[in-house]
Amino acid sequence: MTTLFTPDHEWLRIEGDIATVGVTDYAQSQLGDVVFVELPKIGRSLKKAEAAAVVESVKAASDVYAPISGEVIEVNDALTAEPALVNSDAGGKAWFFKLKIADKSELDGLMDEAAYAKHIA
Amino acid sequence: MLARDDQVSLKHTPLHALHVALGGKMVPFAGYDMPVQYATGVLKEHLHTRGNAGLFDVSHMGQIALRPKSGKVEDAATALERLVPQDILALAPGRQRYAQFTNEAGGILDDLMVANFGDHLFLVVNAACKAEDEAHLRAHLSDVCVIEPLPERALIALQGPKAETILAKFCADVAAMRFMDSGPRRVDGIDCFVSRSGYTGEDGFEISVPAERAEAFARSLLSTADVLPIGLGARDSLRLEAGLCLYGHDIDTTTTPVEGALEWSIQKSRRTGGARAGGFPGAGVILPQFEKGASRRRVGLRPEGRAPVREGAALYADATSSEPIGMVTSGGFGPSLNAPVAMGYLPSSLAATGSSVFAEVRGQRLPMRVSPMPFVPNTYKR
Repeated sequence: MTTLFTPDHEWLRIEGDIATVGVTDYAQSQLGDVVFVELPKIGRSLKKAEAAAVVESVKAASDVYAPISGEVIEVNDALTAEPALVNSDAGGKAWFFKLKIADKSELDGLMDEAAYAKHIA
Repeated sequence: MLARDDQVSLKHTPLHALHVALGGKMVPFAGYDMPVQYATGVLKEHLHTRGNAGLFDVSHMGQIALRPKSGKVEDAATALERLVPQDILALAPGRQRYAQFTNEAGGILDDLMVANFGDHLFLVVNAACKAEDEAHLRAHLSDVCVIEPLPERALIALQGPKAETILAKFCADVAAMRFMDSGPRRVDGIDCFVSRSGYTGEDGFEISVPAERAEAFARSLLSTADVLPIGLGARDSLRLEAGLCLYGHDIDTTTTPVEGALEWSIQKSRRTGGARAGGFPGAGVILPQFEKGASRRRVGLRPEGRAPVREGAALYADATSSEPIGMVTSGGFGPSLNAPVAMGYLPSSLAATGSSVFAEVRGQRLPMRVSPMPFVPNTYKR
């Protein structure tokens, strides 16, 4: 299992041809208190960099982009019921959706944990 | 997923260093570098203000003394009535009133507070409009008044149910003040102007302090248990729950006071049939709207789901129609309601409480209901 990161502050956990996607702890700290999350529909085919989900704080709405292309095979309904999970456990329980990876070569451009740590430093 | 603001040359309020020292997240606002929130976060800052007390730096707003050349405050009041539809002449010494500068089309140039300080009037205007407001006052009132901007004064708001007890430690007099009382007071040994008012729907005070005393005074308030510094983010969610207008968003040069549902702020003496009816810019547009109504009206809106509906969202009569009927002018999440809230303009025929409309958000039509404001009951000490 590998965890990769985007410059837009999303994380991907890769298990075989499935990627689980969430936002980083840094992202949630910048967003502030999350009050609403909108998730993509299961079965939707996402293109890399397409707006896939929405996360809203008291003050503003932000898009979560598809870090790679793929089909949405599962979404985390717990976030809809309890958006504050994004603040309390961004890297764990607050995963957003799972993608069936369309093209593994798209993973090549992503950062590992050390590179991401440098990115936000 | 996060946008960054461009760095531009921004002005600082007298409390800027304090915001930075307190860990404020600074953002540009009306030309000033202002704290949008502190480490506490918008949600908890909002709830803390409603439950305890919050300290807000509103020093970016314009403070202006309007001094009558005759020495008689009624001359300044009569002169100001040329520019606002409010009854200023009847404003008693020590009292404050909400007002609007109107234009010839009946639109609103700015909204403001006017206080009678006995020998002159004291005005508080919006930061983004203050230069234009000063020019407007000079152009129209210089024959009768000296217009004196007071940029060397900070303005600190202390809001919430514990505000009275806390401020009374520095000035015993404030406990006796009623909502919209305003005047000079000695606070912590400093010559201040204190009004019992604010922009949160809570009981509270706004304290005008000489700039050089502002940080020490703010630190004194913050050293008191129960006071937290509150940023612009919570200031906005608090005023939205209180149903209060944000100039440039909910009201502007294209909205009249009647369209803006601000009839309550225009006293009978200035309306048709009143002792001093009309005589302000746009009276010919605004006064007939009291009789005939306006074609559109600002209303409160409650989304039926959990998704916030924000400024700029188009409003539709139903889930499928292609022509928008109005627009959301402010919207977000109300932490005290634990639900999204908004306000916007609708045709008057569809503006009745309980009416159903739809907002378009990310291509979806979300149902909303027209709701009375304030969304959260205010707690003013009348």
